[in-house]
Amino acid sequence: MIYLDNASTTKVDEEVIKTINPYFNKIYGNASSLHSLGTEARKALEDSRKIIAEKINALPEEIIFTASGTEANNIIIQGIAKSKGKGHIITTKIEHPAVLETVKTLEKEGFEVTYLDVDEKGFVKNLEKSIKPNTILVSVMHANNEIGTIQDLEKIGKICEKKEIFFHSDCVQSFTKVPIDVRKMNLSAITISAHKIHGPKGVAALYLKKGTRLKKIMYGGHHERDVRPGTENIPGITGFAKASMLIKEKEIKQMEKLRDRLIDGLLKISNSRLNGDRTKRLCNNASISFKYVEGESILLYLNDKGIAVSTGSACSSQSLEPSHVLIAIGLPHEIAHGTIRYSLSKYTTEKEIDYTIKETKKVVEKLREMSPIRR
Amino acid sequence: MYSEKMLERFRNPKFVGEIKNPDGVGEEGNMRCGDVMKVFIKVKNNKITDAKFKTFGCAAAIAASDALCELAIGKTLEQALKIEKNDIIKLLGGDVPAIKHHCSILGVETLHKAIEEYKRKQKK
Repeated sequence: MIYLDNASTTKVDEEVIKTINPYFNKIYGNASSLHSLGTEARKALEDSRKIIAEKINALPEEIIFTASGTEANNIIIQGIAKSKGKGHIITTKIEHPAVLETVKTLEKEGFEVTYLDVDEKGFVKNLEKSIKPNTILVSVMHANNEIGTIQDLEKIGKICEKKEIFFHSDCVQSFTKVPIDVRKMNLSAITISAHKIHGPKGVAALYLKKGTRLKKIMYGGHHERDVRPGTENIPGITGFAKASMLIKEKEIKQMEKLRDRLIDGLLKISNSRLNGDRTKRLCNNASISFKYVEGESILLYLNDKGIAVSTGSACSSQSLEPSHVLIAIGLPHEIAHGTIRYSLSKYTTEKEIDYTIKETKKVVEKLREMSPIRR
Repeated sequence: MYSEKMLERFRNPKFVGEIKNPDGVGEEGNMRCGDVMKVFIKVKNNKITDAKFKTFGCAAAIAASDALCELAIGKTLEQALKIEKNDIIKLLGGDVPAIKHHCSILGVETLHKAIEEYKRKQKK
């Protein structure tokens, strides 16, 4: 299988598996226990925390491990909102549901919300204008999971710093692929996840700036700075830390090269378009819309050819509405329906990319033959 | 999500294409929803002798279009008008996801339109 769905999840790196294994049946203690199996687990936990902190220029005590990116987003967004009790929240129309649905729920509970528009490339507009005296939180994702557009967090951070507003960013897609410096970008909180970077599923983390007051959304023990109760997932956390160390600059460059090869190849297919910005995009994302054909059909035919991708088409969703991100960048519904997301990894080869271009062309042609709306 | 039987029909539709000089053509659906179906029929002695389709849509829509054509061929117009959503679903192997049932309904409606057009032409 040619796996080009790495924005959904990734294959766990062999090195990560080696790192994790002893924590299942050798160093299996509870990190809160005082005996040596516990203290060894505690040491692995704190070492991992240090590694993750260094990656984003945070302090180790600012890293809190969770079980998913969704959970981390909820802890931060609900936690900030509920600690303030009321106020105005700013987010964007292109956030992942983990942010969007959380904010929508707060809106129903009485918080005021602004969903920022984006331009045709997916860059956020009108942030500064939208800030009000009662704004308590700005949440803008770093890189978009569907179209790969990378926001200028430093610029947004400056605005938030000037207005003294809590600034959160969902960095699940960008972590290790795009540099993140929480100090330079004036970030108050971020969300990152292991399974997008060849780590295990079921482990993620949030960075929360020292001194931040947060209302807990879950109750239990005093783990993780008393923000996130629950026995720490030591195998997952050590795997997360290991995964964050593995990615090399060379591999990012390689992904960029192959991404560009894929984009150039696919755009040779008539009536196709690239979504997102050509350069300020994730090193591994190519989002392409093919006119007159429907995404789910493309996806399933590509699957038959041994290629795994994903689609922004409505037909693959429960709502029958096309992707909110594609609609937000101004794509008409019919073009949004014909959108395929290819997401590469460090394991992707040039041969795979060339095969994918060739097969996509055939599949699109076959479906256009079947389409009643082809001009 | 999809049964093997349905996927097989999606992969190798037997009735995709256009009929030259058709006796009736029906088109239903809209681009906004992501499903547009077009059905062409040939009619002789009140019987559908041939049917073909062109569909923009998901796997379920393409498979439903193909199943519809298979069901329609050989039927009298009266029989064809009695084809229901469930007949299409049955031919697709039965377990079509509920969210995709509208694709089969779309098939029925498109065929009705094609037959209506045929009847209108006959009156002229």
